Amino acid sequence: MSTVYFLAQQTMYFAIPLLIVALGGMFSERSGIVNIALEGIMVVGAFFGIGFINIFQNTMSGQTLLLLAVLVAAAAGALFSLFHAFAAINLKANQTISGTALNMFAPAFAVYTARMIQGVQQVQFMDTFYIRSVPILGDIPVLGQMFFRNAYITTYIGFAIFLISWFIINNTRFGLRLRACGEHPQAADSVGINVYNIRYAGVIISGILAGIGGLTFVIPTSTNFNATVDGYGFLALAVLIFGQWRTQKILVAAFFFGIMKTFASAYSGIPFLKVLPISNEVYKMIPYIATLVVLTFSSKKSQAPRAEGIPYDKGSR
Amino acid sequence: MRRIKLLQYEGFTSFLSSLMAIVAGLLVGLIILLISNAEDAFPAFITILKGGFLDGTRGMAQVIYFAIPIIMTGLSVGFAFKTGLFNIGASGQFTLGAFVAIYIGIKWSFVPEQIHWLVALLGAMAAGAVWGSGPGILKAFFNVNEVITSIMMNYIGMYLVNMSIVKTVYDSLKNQTKPVLKSAILPKAGMDKLFNTGNVSIGIFIVIIAVIVIYIILQKTTFGYELKACGSNKEASKYAGINEKRSIILSMVIAGALSGLGGGLLYLSGSGKYIHVLDVLAPEGFSGISVALLGMSHPIGILLSGLFIAHLEVGGFNIQLYNFVPEVIDMIIAVIIYCGAFALLFKQIISRFIKKGTSEDIEEPQQAAKIPVAAESQVVNSETEENDTEQREDN
Repeated sequence: MSTVYFLAQQTMYFAIPLLIVALGGMFSERSGIVNIALEGIMVVGAFFGIGFINIFQNTMSGQTLLLLAVLVAAAAGALFSLFHAFAAINLKANQTISGTALNMFAPAFAVYTARMIQGVQQVQFMDTFYIRSVPILGDIPVLGQMFFRNAYITTYIGFAIFLISWFIINNTRFGLRLRACGEHPQAADSVGINVYNIRYAGVIISGILAGIGGLTFVIPTSTNFNATVDGYGFLALAVLIFGQWRTQKILVAAFFFGIMKTFASAYSGIPFLKVLPISNEVYKMIPYIATLVVLTFSSKKSQAPRAEGIPYDKGSR
Repeated sequence: MRRIKLLQYEGFTSFLSSLMAIVAGLLVGLIILLISNAEDAFPAFITILKGGFLDGTRGMAQVIYFAIPIIMTGLSVGFAFKTGLFNIGASGQFTLGAFVAIYIGIKWSFVPEQIHWLVALLGAMAAGAVWGSGPGILKAFFNVNEVITSIMMNYIGMYLVNMSIVKTVYDSLKNQTKPVLKSAILPKAGMDKLFNTGNVSIGIFIVIIAVIVIYIILQKTTFGYELKACGSNKEASKYAGINEKRSIILSMVIAGALSGLGGGLLYLSGSGKYIHVLDVLAPEGFSGISVALLGMSHPIGILLSGLFIAHLEVGGFNIQLYNFVPEVIDMIIAVIIYCGAFALLFKQIISRFIKKGTSEDIEEPQQAAKIPVAAESQVVNSETEENDTEQREDN
């Protein structure tokens, strides 16, 4: 049983950042803007979030510091995503191009700034955020063991973001308008919706969530930020497509990948896998191969937003 | 008068807008340098601009050495772009090509010495092609988005290569591949004496041949026309009798072969470069995206933009003398690409400039008035369209 608890706890570390960032990508793409810049925005969010912790960790600690850092990461991500929004919406630029530019800029900026200020590119931080057991909830049998021990507050932020996103996109006026702009912006415009504003909102939300996701990725897995999020932005993009741009399916996809990734990284801690004569690299490949296989059988009917990637021009009907 | 004639030429306006993007990128770079250290900013900036020209022939050799792999991955990404696919998997294809080239270069001592390097390069191309075909097949038959499959194939390829290295050609002391046999290293053909350094070989000529071949395929053959037609409208080309599944797979196979060849060329260049067994994707594949975008996916544009980016990279290496961090170059390139996305805006500015020019020039106002409209409507693919019409006439 302890193996199951261990796996459940580990899975959170991998799945939650993917979930948050993929949901961010969903807001952008369902408003009609392809956001390939998620990786870059994650790096920027993590850089500013960790940088904030690095500066203030002598005066603050624990959950207050982490929550403030989450806000900083969100703000940094939102600001950075504005570059993408401006190019894609106002200038009607090719969205792949501006996204690629952002992806290239972010790590270079993080390395440059860190090295110019402190000499080395790794930004160190002390992990004072680890929760051994959540009060009361951690004592619930089975569930408490699985979800409320050895955790980080970011896990619960991730679930909260999922619930809020699900509600917003499916049950609010804003969500409906956002979806309309991604499917048929001309029709949305004809009933008085400002397509540009909605698309800006979509991209900014994706920036906020990707920024938070970047920080969420670094906190549990490391004690320094090395100007990279290991391609998790691209994986989140994969989770988004895998999840068919729908909130619940994204949750499933993120956890599918998270569980696979956990097996890959923690197989030596699992008794029955440890004895098998299989090379380390094979385990590392499994999450990617499994995703490919599942996609092959589930992609016949793609539900991508119809107007995705097409700049909206008021003049064209 | 002559100035206006020149500006009317469509290719020239796109060249001008690229130039404006480059100027904007360099300006941002200068500002970043000024903010971080105002004293040394200007000498460092001049060092960046001089790039490969700073160190005579050796500097130029360095530029060529940096340029070879990124031109190949750039061609790969650009070729796929032209056929409507986004090959973000150049990194995996590059790594596979590099490994197979090294493997053949070490293990296949039975191959005649004169053609050993050639066999290794062909092996690299084949490996890249196989890796590229994966996303192509999945896209053609199962409608899987090629972006996501390419990303997955990058990781699978990286781990597969790491595993294969450890099992076959591993130097466990240095955690990298063993050196290849002498016969597998690309011939120098006197280039080393010409440039006065050992880093150059016939690799750059192979790259130029690849550029020409891709140019001919895309612009002069029916096959290339079919690929481009599929890229611009899959349904229409299917209706016109083109086998669109075959086109998708073949364009990914060719794109993969180009990246694989790039990997072979870099690791057989005899410069003391080895694959390190680390869980990191090959950065050359992602540089290829920048090169392709800056070169507007045109083979010759890619050749030039690859050389230009390599030139800046050498400059970035040199500014470490002034205690600057070379990553400033990546930021400059990112800004250049970002501004390249503004092609439309720049073209409007240029056409406004033309308007001004003609209002002073009363002789041909009508003709000039037409230009801005044409410049606005043709954003990026202007060249493609021109060539397509030529092709149609040929057929």
